[in-house]
Amino acid sequence: MEAVVFIFSLLDCCALIFLSVYFIITLSDLECDYINARSCCSKLNKWVIPEMIGHSIVSVLMLVSLHWFIFLLNLPVATWNIYRFIMVPSGNMGVFDPTEIHNRGQLKSHMKEAMIKLGFHLLCFFMYLYSMILALIND
Amino acid sequence: PAQSQMQVPSGYGLHHQNYVAPSGHYSQGPGKMTASPLDGQCNDYYSGLYTLPVQKLAPPSAASHAGVQQVYCGGSPAPPLLGAPPGPVPGAALAASHVYTSASQPYPSFVNYYSSPAVYTANSSAASQGFPATCHYSVSTVSNAVHPSVSYSSLPPGDPYTRVFTSQSAPAAGPGREGSFPGQSTALSHPSTLASPPSQQHHQQQSLSGYSALSWSAPGLPPAQDSLARNHAGPLASANSPAGSGMQNVPPPRSIPTALPGAPSTRAPPAGKHPRESVALGAQPPELPPQRGMQYGDYVNNQASSAPTPLSSTSDDEEEEEDEEAGVDSSSTTSSASPVPNSYDALEGGSYPDMHSSSASSPAPDPAPDPDPVPAPTAPPSVRMARPFGHGYPTLQPGYQNAATPLTSGVQPSGPAATYPGMNQLSSSLGGLSLQSSPQPESLRPVNLTQERDVLPSTPVWAPVPNLNLDLKKLNCSPDSFRCTLTNIPQTQALLNKAKLPLGLLLHPFRDLTQLPVITSNTIVRCRSCRTYINPFVSFIDQRRWKCNLCYRVNDVPEEFMYNPLTRSYGEPHKRPEVQNSTVEFIASSDYMLRPPQPAVYLFVLDVSHNAVEAGYLTVLCQSLLEHLDKLPGDSRTRIGFMTFDSTIHFYSLQEGLSQPQMLIVSDIDGKNILIKVLLNALPNMFTNTRETHSALGPALQAAFKLMSPTGGRVSVFQTQLPSLGAGLLQSREDPNQRSSTKVVQHLGPATDFYKKLALDCSGQQTAVDLFLLSSQYSDLASLACMSKYSAGCIYYYPSFHCTLNPSQAEKLQKDLKRYLTRKIGFEAVMRIRCTKGLSMHTFHGNFFVRSTDLLSLANINPDAGFAVQLSIEENLTDTSLVCFQTALLYTSSKGERRIRVHTLCLPVVSSLAEVYAGVDVQAAICLLANMAVDRSISSSLSDARDALVNAVVDSLSAYGSTVSNFQHSGLIAPASLKLFPLYVLALLKQKAFRTGTSTRLDDRVYAMCQIKSQPLVHLMKMIHPNLYRVDRLTDEGAIHVNDRVVPQPPLQKLSAEKLTREGAFLMDCGSVFYIWIGKGCNNNFIEDVLGYPNFASVPQKMTHLPELDTLSSERTRSFLTWLRDSRPLSPVLYVVKDESPAKTEFFQHLVEDRTEAAFSYHEFLVHVQQQICK
Repeated sequence: MEAVVFIFSLLDCCALIFLSVYFIITLSDLECDYINARSCCSKLNKWVIPEMIGHSIVSVLMLVSLHWFIFLLNLPVATWNIYRFIMVPSGNMGVFDPTEIHNRGQLKSHMKEAMIKLGFHLLCFFMYLYSMILALIND
Repeated sequence: PAQSQMQVPSGYGLHHQNYVAPSGHYSQGPGKMTASPLDGQCNDYYSGLYTLPVQKLAPPSAASHAGVQQVYCGGSPAPPLLGAPPGPVPGAALAASHVYTSASQPYPSFVNYYSSPAVYTANSSAASQGFPATCHYSVSTVSNAVHPSVSYSSLPPGDPYTRVFTSQSAPAAGPGREGSFPGQSTALSHPSTLASPPSQQHHQQQSLSGYSALSWSAPGLPPAQDSLARNHAGPLASANSPAGSGMQNVPPPRSIPTALPGAPSTRAPPAGKHPRESVALGAQPPELPPQRGMQYGDYVNNQASSAPTPLSSTSDDEEEEEDEEAGVDSSSTTSSASPVPNSYDALEGGSYPDMHSSSASSPAPDPAPDPDPVPAPTAPPSVRMARPFGHGYPTLQPGYQNAATPLTSGVQPSGPAATYPGMNQLSSSLGGLSLQSSPQPESLRPVNLTQERDVLPSTPVWAPVPNLNLDLKKLNCSPDSFRCTLTNIPQTQALLNKAKLPLGLLLHPFRDLTQLPVITSNTIVRCRSCRTYINPFVSFIDQRRWKCNLCYRVNDVPEEFMYNPLTRSYGEPHKRPEVQNSTVEFIASSDYMLRPPQPAVYLFVLDVSHNAVEAGYLTVLCQSLLEHLDKLPGDSRTRIGFMTFDSTIHFYSLQEGLSQPQMLIVSDIDGKNILIKVLLNALPNMFTNTRETHSALGPALQAAFKLMSPTGGRVSVFQTQLPSLGAGLLQSREDPNQRSSTKVVQHLGPATDFYKKLALDCSGQQTAVDLFLLSSQYSDLASLACMSKYSAGCIYYYPSFHCTLNPSQAEKLQKDLKRYLTRKIGFEAVMRIRCTKGLSMHTFHGNFFVRSTDLLSLANINPDAGFAVQLSIEENLTDTSLVCFQTALLYTSSKGERRIRVHTLCLPVVSSLAEVYAGVDVQAAICLLANMAVDRSISSSLSDARDALVNAVVDSLSAYGSTVSNFQHSGLIAPASLKLFPLYVLALLKQKAFRTGTSTRLDDRVYAMCQIKSQPLVHLMKMIHPNLYRVDRLTDEGAIHVNDRVVPQPPLQKLSAEKLTREGAFLMDCGSVFYIWIGKGCNNNFIEDVLGYPNFASVPQKMTHLPELDTLSSERTRSFLTWLRDSRPLSPVLYVVKDESPAKTEFFQHLVEDRTEAAFSYHEFLVHVQQQICK
């Protein structure tokens, strides 16, 4: 059973890693002026909710399967995801707003955030991998 | 009193200021011209140049396009351009003509003219300045000519300076004069007087200080450019003593001639006469154009697009200012070694002798002589001349001198010094001695704010002049177009952080200009790596290579660029107009088009619900449209369309062949004018009986977007209520009980992203949406404004509009519409801002969509749009002494031409904190802070924004106190450059946008925020800190002359009730509103003569017009009001407020220095700041 949980987490984590990489690539495209802010933001906003859900599921899964340490590790990031989604002002077009993304260094902070998440997911990936192998061996 | 005639550069109105200068000082000389040698090279150029004035005379209809532009044709003379008949004929709409009309005529023809009336000579002398060799635009001054006794030769040859000057001056005078005369004469005939306001000031000061009239008066005159400086120096020096003897002797005579223009006699004739004459002059040589085409193939003056103002040549004014400065400077430090501009070589990569000379001596006209939107005072001469003389504090090291001088000389009328007139007088009276004793720059002079009661100067505050060497100053961009909050850029981000001041740019890129060099060239020379346009601040490594001043890449000079159309010589790339002007316009080739230039397309989307019909705006709108239909900018492809909506949307078919317009669709304007007129006549009555109260704005906008998307263009939306149907419907969010809350102000941001998305869609299709909101109830402007904010539109708000109940608003709408419909417009525009490597832009303010890091997408651009940019320093600027900023605005003119307007600003880099403080442009800083505060209040909260504003003062003053100032006073110490900072911040806190505790409707607040974001600096400053004048005792002292009218110039009063006496009447200029406050004990003479009522009691409560009475004081008051009105794009409403009327609270709200229930008085604010600092 535990192995299944970790296999699922691993797959989910892979997806999140890809998503982070996609965020980084798109944002850096915007930085280099390959795409315009409008299309960049509409691309990214599409994936904000899937990312949030994907991450929440893993977190909840860890809670349910009583892996406290991993749950606590995931908690801040999941909370942040939900928080920033909720806090989007009503007039904005999503977490990424084309009219503001070039202002006040938002682009840079988005980029930083995506980088940190990528690192975090990579860490989680190996943790899940290890846990999964451990679980498989134990089984 | 002698009136010095000058024309006022104003972006908007056509006003000419007439100055009345204290007469006593001016001796009048016979107007005679000395003939001087012609410089062959320059002739054609000048003739072209001087035609400018002629164009200005063009009828008002031309106004929107009237700006004078000079076209430089690339390599070969372009006959086609010249082919068009000269525009100056009165009836002809010069401005309108697309073709490059050659307004200029061969100077020979003019000879006749100037010889004739004394007027002309006077004019010419006044107008002419500049140095042919140095600057294309400069006109050499002939002032000498005017004066009989003066000659250059009189200068002692032995003196080094003299030599410089004489050599330069002689040639200069010649060419300039001849070439220039025609134009100038025309300019003269123009009623406006030549004295620049600044000059006026000086006169006043002068009279005050008791200085010799000669020395001061000279500055006012543009003429003796080179010599001026010296002249002034002379007289002053003699008074003060420090100057060398040789120089002193000479100058006085010279100064006299310069003074002449101011002389009454010369003035009078022109004033009397007239535009007619001038017109005649301009018109006369119609036959000439063809010839001219041959002769002067390369340079043509053309008035194509730019300025609506038929103004006098601004260059004159600016030059005058420069001269003044020169004079003043010299007075302060005559003995110092003359600063030979050395950096120029380094910059330009080779020494060009003529340039040097010019830089040294001649007050060459501003390269980018831009008219100020506001007559004179605001036009801080970006290009200050004659600094060299001002420089020398012998004790200082050379390096410091430059930095110090502009600042130090309290005497200077220009720049920082000008800001503090009180100081000026003082220091001027003290002469150079006092200055020498204190090496500290004037702008760094510590001011104890808590003790100084009157920080506000009595004359308008000007932008400080960047502390550059002469050449660069002369070439630099006008501060009206381009201003930086710090005119000394700190070397590192750390230094900037220490200073705690905002770093950013304030832009007004599409300002109406009266003179703008237009360049037609096959290749537009740009840096190959960063795509910077070649500009005056690049350096030429040799003849064939230039080094980009932004990225430092070395580029090749293309073959075509080697040919200089000005001189028609080869191998002088540094003399091309692009390199001589910091503001230029290129006619772009097809490389700059993604599609064929779009036609001008206008769509009007009108609310016709019950509410709208009640308010009756349709009548006003249709009337204005009918009136101005022919003046809508455009060409034969122009299209216009109408849509109306209530709960449904109506389209109108204006197909040819119909006798009645049918509700249907858009079509082109050509030949269907009649249909449109029929429609416009019918519209107001069409919906009179409507019972439909709903408003389907969202769907109407979507439909408009679909209609416009194939071409792009401008959508003007008139809305009178909250949209209540379909997509984009809004709910009322305002809680009236919260209006005066001191805690939280909610709903400053949009309620839905519908309008934002729509705006972005529109922006993508090159469509701008302009919103006219005329509503009496809450209409959620915060949401609606998004449609204009992100599509580069503009927003107009008329609270409680009703065409009969509120006639002043109706009148305002009418006047605003006139401006709106006829002003210049640019389509499918993009603006890119570049800056020197190491600096980066991180936040933009204004109405646009930021498409990529430095590219602003502007579906439309209009002359009233301002922008702000925040900068940060990413890399240290240690290896460079100058930084440059360049904005390039690429747009399609209403005639379907692709054009690029380029502004380049150059600023010095400094390494010490003191210098950073010395270079603060407090007005620019305040405007940038206001923009940042708007962002903050929307993204965070209003109280955060207010705190941030207060902290800005606290931080900067405490940083100054702890690092720079050595004084351990108990008071609050600020450098003189920042002494207005706390006052302005306090004013900002009491501004509608940011105030708390005073009842403010949400829409009013949001509108104020929108204005802060989109207004250019000059207008924004009036919104923030209104000007108060006492008007019951207007005198002609110091008055200026505009269009035959005498415009009095009362001193500014501080905004405090203590200045209001019951015996007086005061005028407050708040930008969009004027108040005239009448005290209870106001002199009955004033009430009778100006207001037309026998006594105070009989003055009605609601009075919005001044009657046209045939009394002197009425005339003065009205001409002053008109002059103020003309200086801004939108017509302000006038309210006459009696001391006891309920409306007076409105008036008193603007007295920002006073205490209110919810806010500090100025003194309390200072104490508060001081406490914060001490913490």
